[in-house]
Amino acid sequence: MADMVLDAKDLTCPLPILRAKKALKELAPGMILEVQATDPGAPRDFEAFCRTTGNDLVEQREDGGIYYFTIRHGG
Amino acid sequence: MVAGSRRETEMPDDSNAKSMSIIVTKGTLDWAYPPFILATTAAAMGLEVTMFFTFYGLTLLKKDLNLKINPLGNAAMEMPMGGGHMAMPNILAAMPGATALTTAMMKNMMKKKGVASIEELRELAVEAEVKLIACQMTMDLFEYRKEDMIDGIALGGAATWVDAATRCGINLYI
Repeated sequence: MADMVLDAKDLTCPLPILRAKKALKELAPGMILEVQATDPGAPRDFEAFCRTTGNDLVEQREDGGIYYFTIRHGG
Repeated sequence: MVAGSRRETEMPDDSNAKSMSIIVTKGTLDWAYPPFILATTAAAMGLEVTMFFTFYGLTLLKKDLNLKINPLGNAAMEMPMGGGHMAMPNILAAMPGATALTTAMMKNMMKKKGVASIEELRELAVEAEVKLIACQMTMDLFEYRKEDMIDGIALGGAATWVDAATRCGINLYI
């Protein structure tokens, strides 16, 4: 269960990443953020974002054109 | 011996660059996007970012942003229209009102597609503590006053950028 859900649907690059970064700041290390996005570039971008920032991309899935990313705040 | 130990400590590894600089030289609506998108994203990814605004790029620091675009001389600029794409012939792009019309169309399209405005991206850059440096020479050349520009910018010259660039892993010119 996510500690916070971020609705980034209908936003294009770079807004989903920028909003996610802001949301992660609110969360303590270890807490879970779920991001919902429709930008087709989001899967690749969120993988890159998490790799660079040391956050853990626990899960990603797509359902009906919406991408769901589960990110554990790496601190 | 010294060289050997230097190489060991300065050898590039898999760790990411920690800072980025961008020289921003263009101030039309379209060209305003790449530097602000990259700067805000890099800042969000933990990089320290410096933007150096020079020549027409300087207009992007003005308090009142009134960015425009005109397809004149840009044969690659096509707008989606009726399922296809249309380019505006130069002779039309040179007509009075063509800039206002193209700008309005572009802004409308961006809004519809959920693209951030430059105002918003610039605010996010300031919020993310991106260093904004205005080129002093261009300020003087075009007779801009510091009061015309948003708060929080620094003034500097080429040496200021070179100094920042020597400490940056990524240096871009846009």
